[in-house]
Amino acid sequence: MAETLSRPQNLREWLAFVLVWGAAGLVTAVFCWLLGDIVWHGIGHVSWTFLTAPPENAGRQGGIGPILASTSLILGVCLAVSLPIGIGTAVLLAEFTSDQSLFGRITRRSLDILAGVPSIVFGLFGNAFFCKMLGLGFSILSGGLTLACMVLPVLIRSTEEGFRAVPASYRLSAAALGLSRTTTLIHLLLPAAVPGLLVGLVLGVGRAIAETAALIFTSGYVDRMPESLLDSGRALSIHIFDLSMNVSGGDTNAYASALILVIMLLAINGTVSWLATYGLHRKIMTV
Amino acid sequence: MTPVESLTGPHSRHPLEERPACRAPQPIVEIDRLSLYYGDKPAFQDVTLSINKGCMTALVGPSGCGKTSFLTCLNRLTDLIAGCRVSGQITINALDVLAPGINVIQLRRRIGMIFQKPNPFPLTIRRNLEFPLREHGIRDREQITQIIETTLRAVGLWDEVKDRLGSPALALSGGQQQRLCIARALALLPEVLLMDEPCSALDPLSSGVVEDLIVGLRGRYTILIVTHNLAQARRIADYAALFWVQNGAGRLIEAGTAKQIFENPRDPLTAAYVSGMRG
Ligand SMILES: Nc1ncnc2c1ncn2[C@@H]1O[C@H](COP(=O)(O)OP(=O)(O)OP(=O)(O)O)[C@@H](O)[C@H]1O
Ligand SMILES: [Mg+2]
Repeated sequence: MAETLSRPQNLREWLAFVLVWGAAGLVTAVFCWLLGDIVWHGIGHVSWTFLTAPPENAGRQGGIGPILASTSLILGVCLAVSLPIGIGTAVLLAEFTSDQSLFGRITRRSLDILAGVPSIVFGLFGNAFFCKMLGLGFSILSGGLTLACMVLPVLIRSTEEGFRAVPASYRLSAAALGLSRTTTLIHLLLPAAVPGLLVGLVLGVGRAIAETAALIFTSGYVDRMPESLLDSGRALSIHIFDLSMNVSGGDTNAYASALILVIMLLAINGTVSWLATYGLHRKIMTV
Repeated sequence: MTPVESLTGPHSRHPLEERPACRAPQPIVEIDRLSLYYGDKPAFQDVTLSINKGCMTALVGPSGCGKTSFLTCLNRLTDLIAGCRVSGQITINALDVLAPGINVIQLRRRIGMIFQKPNPFPLTIRRNLEFPLREHGIRDREQITQIIETTLRAVGLWDEVKDRLGSPALALSGGQQQRLCIARALALLPEVLLMDEPCSALDPLSSGVVEDLIVGLRGRYTILIVTHNLAQARRIADYAALFWVQNGAGRLIEAGTAKQIFENPRDPLTAAYVSGMRG
């Protein structure tokens, strides 16, 4: 009796097993294939000179030194602007705005829509607003600010979720001890919301560093070493795009650059999750 | 001398030992026609009650009759709840608690609260005690160390944790966490201690330990304790008050000395409740 009952169940479980593992396997396989392809074609080309030298002959020869510099600067501007605004807005939404208030509802809805807007739209907006209206021209500053606009919705929403995930009992017990709202926020809520912030950061930076469409119209193409934030600078992803689409014979360097981009992404991810598990956690527990 | 001064004074003893005893009834908290609404729904209405200095007052009554809500009015935690409205009057040591302009930070320092579920912060044991002290202006390391030891001893936790003050508070057992929370409240030298079913989320053994601790605080603090455990209330309280839901809102049915409430109740509801027939 038990056996006749359990058999179809086993079959179903077996099917589920195959489906789940099949899907997981497929995803992993595609990723490995992609990665393998990039590593295979690119690794032979990566060297210290490649990382530091300027590109030559439209990028067919030479390296990606100035491009790495521009990319880092763009990313730096993006983070310097989006982190404070992002955390501030998340605090405002999660701690000082009720769920039902009109302001909160409208802001949240707008952010969710903005998070889904294609990056080319941000590019055109950045071009019209930062480059033309504010007169920043094609520059690293314009690019970084545009990226910040693009990253903010994701960053704000996931940081806000981080704050909401903090149990209400923290707020109550802190208030009952006569701790001020600011202290509670800085010493208890912010550390507890850090995981949400980090998720937002990983998603946001991942999106920013791989961005082409939003940067083409804002930070531009120029592959010289930037001398200030107002210089135009070519981001790594644009370089890859250009090499593989517009420059015949640029494939090898495109692969090598792509490999560097992937390594950068992995490094950022790794650092953030290390921070999440060790660095910040320690700090919270003991300081 | 205010509690703040007595704590920060140069050679002051930590006055955990010298607190008011419950002798001649002397009201410290006076509550007059207090009502609380969540939106349009009343949680309790028209409660008039005084709490005597140095005494333990037990608040009993069935679930949902507004006992927790009542406690949260006294330290204005109700400010944190959106849509919550309080009317009536509360005076604690001549301070008008519900006045809009009062310093709630100071108020909450003077009124300690222990919650049903132990809620230490996700910090180390030491930091849990040190953090509120620093917030209230006590910065001297030696003094902080001193207070930490005194309060941990007062809750009987010192010997259990003295070698691991630097380890996370959340790694303690439930009963230890609750005792830590009591220590954290005591460290601020509150004038009144509110306890919302402090033993009910604990296993019987820890619950017994915490109850013994509360009995030990008796006579040294003014304590208002909510409990579902009538036997406990009868054992430890000097005064008792019964809340009950009538017409969709909590009401204070009867208040008096514990002896009178449990042995000689005037209201038939109280009589039924304390004899265990209802609630
Ligand atoms: N934050 C809130 N918002 C809306 N209604 C609430 C809120 N907190 C409590 N209530 C309602 O107020 C009434 C009184 O609740 P309260 O928690 O004060 O009762 P209690 O006597 O403490 O009950 P228990 O013994 O179960 O802890 C209940 O009907 C409850 O549903
Ligand atoms: Mg309750």
